Amino acid sequence: MRYSGLRVIKEALSGHKGWTPAWREPDPAAHYDIVIIGGGGHGLATAHYLAKEFGQARVAVIEKGWIGGGNVGRNTTIIRSNYLLDGNEPFYEMSLKLWEGLEQDLNYNAMVSQRGILNLIHSDGQRDAFIRRGNAMILNGADADLLSTADIKKRYPFLKTHDARFPIKGGLAQHRGGTVRHDAVAWGYARSADQRGVEIIQNCEVTGFRIEGGVCKGVETSRGFIGAGKVGCAVAGNSSRLMSLANMRLPIESHVLQAFVSEGLKPVLPGVITFGAGHFYCSQSDKGGLVFGGDIDGYNSYAQRGNLPTVEDVCEGAMAIFPMLGRARLLRMWGGIMDMSMDGSPIIDKTHIDGLYFNGGWCYGGFKATPASGFAFAHLLAKDTPHPTAAAYRFDRFEKGLMIDEKGMGNQPNLH
Amino acid sequence: MIIDHPLLGPRDSAEFTYMGDARLIERPSPDSPDAAAAFYDYAYLRDNPAGWHRELWFHEAGDRSWLVVTRNTVTHEISKVEFASDVARAKGRSK
Repeated sequence: MRYSGLRVIKEALSGHKGWTPAWREPDPAAHYDIVIIGGGGHGLATAHYLAKEFGQARVAVIEKGWIGGGNVGRNTTIIRSNYLLDGNEPFYEMSLKLWEGLEQDLNYNAMVSQRGILNLIHSDGQRDAFIRRGNAMILNGADADLLSTADIKKRYPFLKTHDARFPIKGGLAQHRGGTVRHDAVAWGYARSADQRGVEIIQNCEVTGFRIEGGVCKGVETSRGFIGAGKVGCAVAGNSSRLMSLANMRLPIESHVLQAFVSEGLKPVLPGVITFGAGHFYCSQSDKGGLVFGGDIDGYNSYAQRGNLPTVEDVCEGAMAIFPMLGRARLLRMWGGIMDMSMDGSPIIDKTHIDGLYFNGGWCYGGFKATPASGFAFAHLLAKDTPHPTAAAYRFDRFEKGLMIDEKGMGNQPNLH
Repeated sequence: MIIDHPLLGPRDSAEFTYMGDARLIERPSPDSPDAAAAFYDYAYLRDNPAGWHRELWFHEAGDRSWLVVTRNTVTHEISKVEFASDVARAKGRSK
C-alpha cells in the first residue's frame, strides 16, 4: 500500500478500515542469501538498501525482540554531519544527504526536520577548533556557518551570552542538521524492506553461528537453524555478546547512555543546541518536550538504565545554559547500551570468518549514521568491498595505528 | 552505585573514575617474541561480558587508591572490592 495525502482522506471518510499491516510476520525459511542479525535502525536500513540499491531480495532480518526496540528508539533524534576527520566526515555527509531524501525514498513520514544544529563557543581556543572543523566540513561538501554572538542572540534571544562563567563567544551552525522521528525511521525502513521482499522475523534470538572450515553457514536461533550465504551483524550495544558466539573479542566496551525529556512546553527552542563548556545537547520535540542528554555513565553496563551522578551532571549542564529548564519537570529518563569503541569511531567490515560481516562500534553517534551505515553495510555485503565513504572503518585499524579518534582520547572507550 | 571501599567503607561511585577491565593489571612483557600481538590484545581487545566483570576503579576524590571491583554489568550489583595492589601482588607483581 502506498501512503499519500489522498489515501489519508479516503481512509478518514471510510472509517479507517482499509489500512493494512506495514510489514508481514513470516516464519523463517531454511535458507537466505543474506541474513542480517538485528532489527534496529542499522539492520533494517541495510535490508532496505540491499533490496533497493543492490538487487538482493532473498534477505532476512532477524531480531530477538521487536524491531526498533533498542537504540533507534532510545536516542535524542539528532542528525548532523559536523565531523572533523577524513575517515568520518564524508560518511556522515552521505548520511545527511540520505536523510534529506529519506521520506520520498521510503514513502514514509519520518518527520525529518532540518531545524539546524548550533554548537556554542565559549572561549577563543574553542573558536579556533570550530573554525577548523567548519572548514573540514565545507571541504567535504557539508555546510557550516560560523555565527557571531549577535547572530545567536537573534535566533535564541533567551540565551545569556554575557554570562561571567560561560560567555557565549559565537557558534558553529550546521543549518542542514536537525531531528528525525526516531521510531519512524525503524518502521519506515522495515516497511520498505518488507515491500521489496525482505523477511523480517521478530522474536527470534541468535544462539550461535554455524561455522564450518572457517566459513559461516548460517545462524542457530531460538526458532531453529537458518542457513545463509552471508551473515551481517548489526546489533550495536550487544556486539561483544553476539560476536563472542563466534569466539571473537572486539575493540569495544558496552556503556550506558542516558537521555531525558521534560514535560511538554510551548515552542521555545527552534533548533538543536549543544553547550560547549560541558557536555549537554538539547532540542524540543514536536510534542513540546525538551529532549536532552550528555555524557555516558562511564562504566561497562548492559542495564539500559543509568545512575544518579550522571543525571546530576547532565542537569548541571542544562542549568548552566538554560536556567529556565530548572522550572520544567522531567517527564522521563531512560538508558541505552552503546558499543563504545577504542577510538570513538565505528566498524563496518568483514570478519576473519568467511561469510560473517560486522557493523557496530557506533559509540553514542549511531542514530545520525543510520542511512549511511545501512547503505555502506549493504554495499559491503553485496559487493564484498567497502563503500568508499566507509573504507576507513576497518577492524585492523587499531593494529595498524590508523585510529579515527575525533576527540583525541586514545584507547579509553568511556572518554569518547 | 555504592562501592564498599576496603578501608573507607561504603562510598558513592561518583568519587571514583573508571578505567576498565581488571586484566589491564596484567601488562604483557615487551621482551616476549609475540609482544606486538600481545600489546594489541592488551590495549584494544576486551571481553566485555554481560554479567560479572572485574574492573579497575580509581578513588580520585578519596584516598587515590586503585581498586578491583567485581560488579554485575546487567544489574550493577557489586559483590567484591579489593585493592588493585593486593590483586597484583597475588599475581606475583612486586607492587
